[in-house]
Amino acid sequence: MTEFIQQVFNGLSLGSIYALIALGYTMIYGILRFINFAHGDVFMIGAFSGYYLGILFSFATAGGGTSLGLAFLILIGAMAITGALGFIIEKLAYKPLRKSPKLAILITAIGVSLFLEYSGQLVFGADPKSFPSLLENKPVVSLSGAVIGSNPLVVLLTAALLMIGLRIIVMKTKIGTAMRAVSYNPTAASLMGININAIISFTFVVGSSLAGAAGILYGLNYPSIDPLMGILPGLKAFVAAVLGGIGNIPGAAIGGMIIGLLETFVTGYISPTYRDAIAFGILILILLFKPTGILGKKEVEKV
Amino acid sequence: MKKLFFGSLTILAASFIMFSACNKGGGNEILIGEYGSLTGSEATFGISSTNGLKLAIEECNNNGGLLNKKVKLITYDDQGKPSEAQTVVQRLIKNDNVIAVIGEVASSRSKAGAPICQQNKIPMISPASTNPEVTAIGDYVFRVCFIDPFQATVLTKFAVNSLKVKRVAILKDVKNAYSTGLAEFFEKEFKAAGGEIIEVQSYSAGDKDFKAQLTAIKSKNPEAIFIPGYYTDVGLIAIQAREIGITVPLFGGDGWESEKLTEGKAKDALEGCYFSTHVSTENPDPAVQNFIKKYKEKYNMMPDAMSFLSYDAGLILFDAIKRAGSLESEKIKNELARTKDFAGVTGKISINEQRNAIKPAVILEIKGGQFKYKETIQP
Repeated sequence: MTEFIQQVFNGLSLGSIYALIALGYTMIYGILRFINFAHGDVFMIGAFSGYYLGILFSFATAGGGTSLGLAFLILIGAMAITGALGFIIEKLAYKPLRKSPKLAILITAIGVSLFLEYSGQLVFGADPKSFPSLLENKPVVSLSGAVIGSNPLVVLLTAALLMIGLRIIVMKTKIGTAMRAVSYNPTAASLMGININAIISFTFVVGSSLAGAAGILYGLNYPSIDPLMGILPGLKAFVAAVLGGIGNIPGAAIGGMIIGLLETFVTGYISPTYRDAIAFGILILILLFKPTGILGKKEVEKV
Repeated sequence: MKKLFFGSLTILAASFIMFSACNKGGGNEILIGEYGSLTGSEATFGISSTNGLKLAIEECNNNGGLLNKKVKLITYDDQGKPSEAQTVVQRLIKNDNVIAVIGEVASSRSKAGAPICQQNKIPMISPASTNPEVTAIGDYVFRVCFIDPFQATVLTKFAVNSLKVKRVAILKDVKNAYSTGLAEFFEKEFKAAGGEIIEVQSYSAGDKDFKAQLTAIKSKNPEAIFIPGYYTDVGLIAIQAREIGITVPLFGGDGWESEKLTEGKAKDALEGCYFSTHVSTENPDPAVQNFIKKYKEKYNMMPDAMSFLSYDAGLILFDAIKRAGSLESEKIKNELARTKDFAGVTGKISINEQRNAIKPAVILEIKGGQFKYKETIQP
């Protein structure tokens, strides 16, 4: 039982990171109907932003001390950097192609992805870097002897808060309403006086900053980062988004959690060698019976 | 047009052959090739071994060179990929016409490069590939390090006699020949010594999340965990093991050895863990201390095991060439095979019939992020 509780927790903490990345995929798909393959690399840039900000701030405080305030500052900083990066990527790479066939923009996304990965290798170096310990990791003993570290708890909570924040933006604010309108019907939305370009930029900024936050959380949980670290989590988050129903925000969150739990259970109880095979096999089964994903309906609000 | 294209291609090919034919005979230099992971996630392996080898060559040239010729090194980066290793070894032999090849550190890459050396009858010396299959590829493939079965014996002796543990779990890297081999030999030896392997879990190099495997291991309550992986993954594994409340010592083989092992949070997580390796920088032997001094002067950092071993690989090659008195690959190969009690910086090295080195191993303990000498285990 102890082992099971610990595995559930391991899976949730991994899944919450997938969920955060998946949100970006799903939001951008909701608005533009295309998969932003560079999203996983924005996540990588987020982790490296945290790495360099951590070095910068630890010099500033001279002690290299860890505090909640500092970690929060670094999280916000990395989100700002990746948000800006998302804005620039959209303006430079995707906007000029908005009227082109979908395939052109898709291939451009792959190009941007490779560009970020290999520029990353050039600028940051190819060898893995040790992510700074932003927070002290204290073991928090919980139910029946399962040991849970404080960092995975922080990761889970931060991810949950960010997702709730996103939900509020999308459902309760004016700009969120505009996002949903653009997602539902761009032409009609622009006739209603919505500035489509601004909404698309906003979506990229929000989605990318969530990926940046995921990068920091990933670094906290798995403190070894390298320029190619975004490929696999990016791919899995994409699958999570599809699993939850692409274009659907709660769906992406649920999809991320499911992938995280599946991976952990397969690794822990069956075999790590088959981890991806079994996890993706189950995905295929779900999609066979429900092609729109778990929460995807024909007339769903898409953002 | 097509004809013209093929015509020019033929001329090009012909000129290549002529050029390479010219290269081989003349020159006042002895060309030695090296392949290693200068970039990629295992870059410190490649960089350390190149540094060690360069030092050996520099000294050789300062002492008048070999057979009145200067030794020149050509190093290519294989990015830590076996496929790339094949390409660069091909290039070293076919384009650069090297007379011998030094490399690789990693067993999986040595296994990719060695068949090409064997095919072209060019002697290859691996500084640090410990998987037994590497030298089994052919009679032109040598190594200057011990092999995994011996390392497994050493680790078993250590686990049974010094750690005094009976119940051990294994976490191995399934993508890596070194790791699966070492795990297999250790399992065999440890069981023969009366120990019990209570759980075997695996991962793939590059994984970041090991909590699922570690949770499964934790539920079996081992007294120690054997992790025959590379430093790139071991740090993360240790951090996550401590995070979920595993407090028993972790131990592993020479793949742990790198200054990067104890970077960041891994420093505390690995406190009181052990690994077996080729050499200890704390060894008071003047040959060792002298090498450390020269290495530090040249590169401004401490040498690691890879630097020591590739330095020895260079020395043994030069020694064989001197004794052969010729640059013919067959003669060099024969002399390499006759190497006996050669005093290298990693101990007395003899090459046996399987072209493996017979030599001692040391166990190091991690204390405060430093590798402290624990004990030496003789062959």
